[in-house]
Amino acid sequence: MVEKKIKEAMTIMHDDASILQPPLVTGNKSIGDVTRDVCASMDRKPTGLWWAAFAVSSSALLLGVVAVTYQIATGIGTWGLNKTVGWAFDITNFVFWIGIGHAGTLISAVLFLFRQKWRTGVNRSAEAMTLFAVVCAGIFPLIHMGRPWLAFWTVPYPNTRGSLWVNFKSPLLWDVFAISTYLSISAVFWYVGLIPDLATIRDRSKVGLRKRITSILCLGWDGSARTWHRYETVYLLLAGLATPLVFSVHSIVSMDFATAVIPGWHTTIFPPYFVAGAIFSGLAMVLTLMLIARKVMHLEDYITQTHVDRMSLLMLSMGSLVGLAYGTEFFTAYYSGNGYEQFVFMNRALGPFRWAYWTMVSCNVLIPQILWFRRVRACLPLVFAIAIVVNIGMWFERFVIIVTSLHRDFLPSSWADYTPTSIEVATLIGSFGLFFTCFLLFCRIAPVIAIAEIKGAAHLNKPKIDQHENSQEMVA
Amino acid sequence: MSERVLLAIFDHEEDLIASIGALREREYQIIDAYTPYAVHGLDKAMGLKPSRLNWVCFICGMVGVLGMLWFEHWSASIDWPLDVGGKPWNSLPSDVPVSFEAAVFLGGFGSVFALFGVSRLFPGKRPEFAYPRGTDDRFVLVIDQADSTFDLGAVTVLLNEFHVLETEERLTSHTGAL
Repeated sequence: MVEKKIKEAMTIMHDDASILQPPLVTGNKSIGDVTRDVCASMDRKPTGLWWAAFAVSSSALLLGVVAVTYQIATGIGTWGLNKTVGWAFDITNFVFWIGIGHAGTLISAVLFLFRQKWRTGVNRSAEAMTLFAVVCAGIFPLIHMGRPWLAFWTVPYPNTRGSLWVNFKSPLLWDVFAISTYLSISAVFWYVGLIPDLATIRDRSKVGLRKRITSILCLGWDGSARTWHRYETVYLLLAGLATPLVFSVHSIVSMDFATAVIPGWHTTIFPPYFVAGAIFSGLAMVLTLMLIARKVMHLEDYITQTHVDRMSLLMLSMGSLVGLAYGTEFFTAYYSGNGYEQFVFMNRALGPFRWAYWTMVSCNVLIPQILWFRRVRACLPLVFAIAIVVNIGMWFERFVIIVTSLHRDFLPSSWADYTPTSIEVATLIGSFGLFFTCFLLFCRIAPVIAIAEIKGAAHLNKPKIDQHENSQEMVA
Repeated sequence: MSERVLLAIFDHEEDLIASIGALREREYQIIDAYTPYAVHGLDKAMGLKPSRLNWVCFICGMVGVLGMLWFEHWSASIDWPLDVGGKPWNSLPSDVPVSFEAAVFLGGFGSVFALFGVSRLFPGKRPEFAYPRGTDDRFVLVIDQADSTFDLGAVTVLLNEFHVLETEERLTSHTGAL
C-alpha cells in the first residue's frame, strides 16, 4: 500500500504537466554518481561507433587538408570565384562557422546571467563546440588571403614599411580583432570552467599520464571556499564580458557586408539579423551534437527531455526572429523605392538562385514552426531531423546573402554565374571534418558535462532525498 | 610554522554551513572549507568579504579601451595619416569596435590571471589539504587548533550534532594566510 502511494507520488513529481520546474538531473543521483557517470565515458575504451565516427571525420579532415594545400600551392584560381562573385563559398563557410560558435557563448554566458540552471547540462560541450567552430571559421578568411603566410600583416605591429599601420576604419580589420578576442575569451571561459573538473579527475585517477596532465592543468585546485568565492566572481565577470562580446562579434561580421554599397548588403538590419541567425544555427548544431552525445555516451539523466524541449523552444524563437528579418528585408526594399534594392530581392526569390532562397526559407522559417507542438519537441528523432534541416538552411542563408547579392550587380554587362569547384566543396567537407574530429577527441579527453556546475545547480544530495531513501527503507 | 588543524568531513552542504555557523558563534577559527562545487551561502557563513576582482576587471577593461582608442588615434591620424575614401583621419565611431574588443580581452584575461595570482593557482601546485573525495562528494572543514581555548572534545560533540562523518587531526605547514 505504502509502496503504491510512493510510486504515485513519484509519478506526480515527474509529471511533465506540473507547473513546478522539472528536475535538472533525473534518476535520483547523488553527487558522487555525477562524478562517476560523467567520467565513465572517459574511463571506458572508445566504442566501435566512436571509431567509425572518428574514421569518417578524420578522413573528411584529410580531404580538406589536401584541398587547402592544393589551393595554397596553386592559387585562388582553383576556386569558382570570378570578378563579379568575389566572395562565395569561403565567406559563406566563414559566416556559417562563426554563427555555429555563437550558441556556445549564448548557453554558457547569456543563460548564466539569466540564471537558467538547465544550461549546466549542456554548457561544457556547447563551449567546446564554440571553440572548434571559431577555429573552422578562422581558416576561411586566412586561406582566402591567397598568401596566408602573410596573415600577420593584419595585426598592427611596428614594421619596416613605415611603420604602415592597419586600416582601423575597415570592418574587415574589426573582424580580425573581434574573432581573435572571441576565440581567446571563449577558450579562457572554457578552461576556467574546466579547472574544478580537472581537479576531480586528478583526485579520482590513479598514478599515470592522466593524473600527471590533470595535476598540471588544474593548477593545484583544491576546492577551497575562498577560491570558490573568487572563482564565482570571475566566472560572473567572464559571463558579463562574453555576453556583449558575442553580440559584437556577429554584428561586426555583418558590418563586413553592411558597410559595403552592394544592394542586399547595405542595410541597417544586418547586425541584429546576423546575431539572431548565428544563435539560431548554433542552437541547431548544439542540439544535433547533444542528441547524439546523450545517446552514445548514456547521458540521458543529465541531458533530459527538458533540455531538448527548452533548446527547441529557443531554436523556434530564433528561427521566427530570422523569419521576421527575411520579411523586413523585403519590406525595406519595397518601401525604400530604391530600384537596385528591389531588383536584388526579386532576383533572390525568383532569379537563377531561387532554389537556394526557397531552400533557406523552408529550412529556417517554415519547417521549424512545427516545434510549436509539444509532441514534436518530445519526439527526439524529429527534433534531430529539424536541427539538421536548420543547419542546412542556415548555410544556405549565408550563401544566398553573399552570392545572390553579388552575381548581378549595378552593371548588367558584368553579371556572372557562380558554381563551386570540387576544391571548394572539399574544403567545406574538410571544415566539417576538423569540427567533428575535434569534438570526438574532446568527448574522450575531457568531461562533456560540467561536473562541478551541475552538482551545484541540480540540488542533489539534499536531506529531502535522504528522507525519501528512509521512506523507501521503511517500505522495504 | 607548523600548526595543528582539525579536518571535519561532511556529506551534505547544509551540515557544513550549519556547523560553520555554530563554530563561529563559539569563536573557533575556521581556516577554510573545501567543497566539490560552489556552495551557495558558504561565503556568508564564513564571513568572506566580497571579492575585489571586479575592480581588477574594470581597471583592465578601462586600460584596454583607453589604450586602444589612443593607439587608433595615434596610428591613423598622427603617425601616418591615411586617407581612406576621404573619411576623417580621427573618426571616433570607427574606433569603437576595436576598442571594445580590447576592453573585453584585457578585462577577461586580467581578471582570470588576477584570480590565479590571488588564489595562488599555478601549474604544478600541490593542493593545500589533500582529501581525495573533497573534489568529488565530500565537504571538508578545516578548523584551527592553535588557539589555547580549543577543546577537541567539545568540538567533536558539536560536530557530531551536524552529522560529521569523520574527523582527522593534521599537522600542517600552513601559515593561516589562505
